[in-house]
Amino acid sequence: MNVLIILIPVSVALGALGLAACIWTLRHGQYEDLEGDAARVLLDKPPPDGEEGDAPKGGV
Amino acid sequence: MTAACPACVVAPDAPRLAAEAAGEVVHLSLPGIHCAACIAGVEQVLGALPSVRAARVNLGRRRARVVLAPGAELAPALSALEAAGYDARELDEAALEPGDPAARMILARIAVAGFAMMNVMALSVAVWSGADDATRALFHWAAAAIALPALAFAAVPFFTSAWSALRARRLNMDVPIALAIALAGASSLIETIRDAGADTWFDAALSLTFFLLAGRYLDQRARATARSAAAELTALELPRATRLDDDRPVRVAVAELMPGDRIALAAGARAPVDGIAEGPARLDRSALTGEADPARIAPGDLVCAGEAVLDAPLILRATARAEDSTLRRLAALVEIAETGRHRYQGWADWAARLYAPLVHGLSAVAFLAWWAATGSVGTAIAVATAVLIITCPCALGLAVPAVTASMTGRLFRAGVLLKSATALERLAEVDTILLDKTGTLTSGRLTTPDLDPAAASVALALARGSDHPVSRAAAAALAGHAPAPLTALREVPSEGMHGLWDGAPVFLGRGPQGTELRLPDRTLPLDMREELRPGAVEAVAALTAQGHVIHLVTGDHARRAAALAARLGLEEVHAGVAPEQKAALVAELSRQGARVLMVGDGINDAAALATAHASLAPATALDAARVAADGVLLAPDLRALPETLATARCAARRIRQNLAIAAAYNLVAIPVALAGLAGPLAAAIAMSTSSVSVVLNAVRR
Repeated sequence: MNVLIILIPVSVALGALGLAACIWTLRHGQYEDLEGDAARVLLDKPPPDGEEGDAPKGGV
Repeated sequence: MTAACPACVVAPDAPRLAAEAAGEVVHLSLPGIHCAACIAGVEQVLGALPSVRAARVNLGRRRARVVLAPGAELAPALSALEAAGYDARELDEAALEPGDPAARMILARIAVAGFAMMNVMALSVAVWSGADDATRALFHWAAAAIALPALAFAAVPFFTSAWSALRARRLNMDVPIALAIALAGASSLIETIRDAGADTWFDAALSLTFFLLAGRYLDQRARATARSAAAELTALELPRATRLDDDRPVRVAVAELMPGDRIALAAGARAPVDGIAEGPARLDRSALTGEADPARIAPGDLVCAGEAVLDAPLILRATARAEDSTLRRLAALVEIAETGRHRYQGWADWAARLYAPLVHGLSAVAFLAWWAATGSVGTAIAVATAVLIITCPCALGLAVPAVTASMTGRLFRAGVLLKSATALERLAEVDTILLDKTGTLTSGRLTTPDLDPAAASVALALARGSDHPVSRAAAAALAGHAPAPLTALREVPSEGMHGLWDGAPVFLGRGPQGTELRLPDRTLPLDMREELRPGAVEAVAALTAQGHVIHLVTGDHARRAAALAARLGLEEVHAGVAPEQKAALVAELSRQGARVLMVGDGINDAAALATAHASLAPATALDAARVAADGVLLAPDLRALPETLATARCAARRIRQNLAIAAAYNLVAIPVALAGLAGPLAAAIAMSTSSVSVVLNAVRR
């Protein structure tokens, strides 16, 4: 059962990694507009504030 | 934006920050947006304007954040959005709250509790499946090392809430929760140190914390949404006015206006404060009185805040500050009337009040009985802990917030904002509906029947020749046509307008059956009808089908009310009702046992809105009406009304089902726990299944 000495820390570390990722998303405001972000993947053009590079100023 | 500067490509946030540094940030309310195409549409419309530096839509909040170019006005952006078919209104920055830090903190606690719960559960599986001696001790120690710090962080909200309740010598829902978590953690730690092979409860304490935090988060979010709805409504109020300083127009906040200031009102604008008109004007007083016909005033007449100036600009000399104006005084009255409603007790309060003493009593009885029976304090504490954990209100804490969150979300997507936490439950009990006429069922505008182009152009030319309210309304309704060339126009008082069209006589005015248009070859009736809001007919039909009794109540005169009631198929009509009488009518119906829903938009409805069991106002309503109402219909379509009531009834049903499910689980679990048969495994299973089943029941369609 000595393998547990390694396995328990490994499993806890993997869980902690997920926790860290979760906290990271929280700090970067990824829960501010869930509905909007879900819809945005369908868009071809990035928003016209230049947030994702050189968005052309599209007409209507 | 261009990517000419290489640094911008490297640091994608740089152009945005630079743009924001230069311009003014405004927030828009966009009640109509609902999909990806709307996001793209709004952002492209705004992005194409030279006055807009940046724009980002938040679909969840139905808002857009717009950065204007320095010195640019917002008006072109609003009209561009309107032209593209998006309803947009400016929000008052000062009244909006920034993001919700409390909700984010709870999410962080949920994440920690969830992480610890999964790991400790994995360790517990090993213990349940028969690990012993050193292995079991190792698992217990590892579990303690994860659980205790996690609990110390994640369960803080329960400890602080329980502590403040105990200090005030009260019991709340959090006292048994905090007690259960603390007892479970402490007794498990003692077991781990003694290594006597008894049960540990780390996983139970963590999953208890996790599920309850989830319920608390939903509750918090529902409250935050309600609060931000209220803030958004405040922010929708006209925040600025144009003041004339030595004939130079200056935009100032309404709060800065002082008596004696001269205020320029554009055609269609509402008076921000009470004042004296400097010229003649026609006023739309429907928001204050409910009367659809415009009122004519002479120079020196009083204009009340909230009245709108029609068709010509007016200069107003202020006689009161904004907070002393008629509108505010009425709003203050509404607040007083509203306090009565806060006494309503929701289902959650009712369950909590019943629950806390019951749980304490049960575990105290369990402790004393087992102590007396076995003489062992340790066993007695273990059983009492099991009772506390098993009965702990995981399902109960989730049952109400899960339903409320899912249903208010559904309503928000349908264009209905609820700002009171108990509004959903009160809406579910409604059986009688009072509908205001002007501004609620009708858009407040008059329309003419359909006319062919020739008739329309003659009617327009005749209507423009007169100052009579009906002529004015007809001219406004026909504004899209070109006026026909008429000669010899003359107005005969109390009869109408005569003229010559290609030498033949034409007439617009009073005929035997009401207003008519006489052309050389025919005579057309020209009944001015009030324009119904979209969906009004369907909404009334659907509400009747749901079994509601509908009353039409208006300050307008009886003839017009009766005409509208006939079009909608309404039987109960109260016309010429003064504001106090509306509230009295609501009170009278309530005395007869009816649960009244008031729907209205004017100042004259505000008292009735506050008196009614539940109330809704359209988004176009005046401030006082929106303040008094429990919720606001953001979409112009009235079909949202029956949908709201149906959703509210569904919510009430689900809440009752969920409370029943939670009670059923407890009914089975409590005897088992009292008998000392409930181990950590049973607790884990009971807790998860009951919580998951109430959440599933809440979110199913």
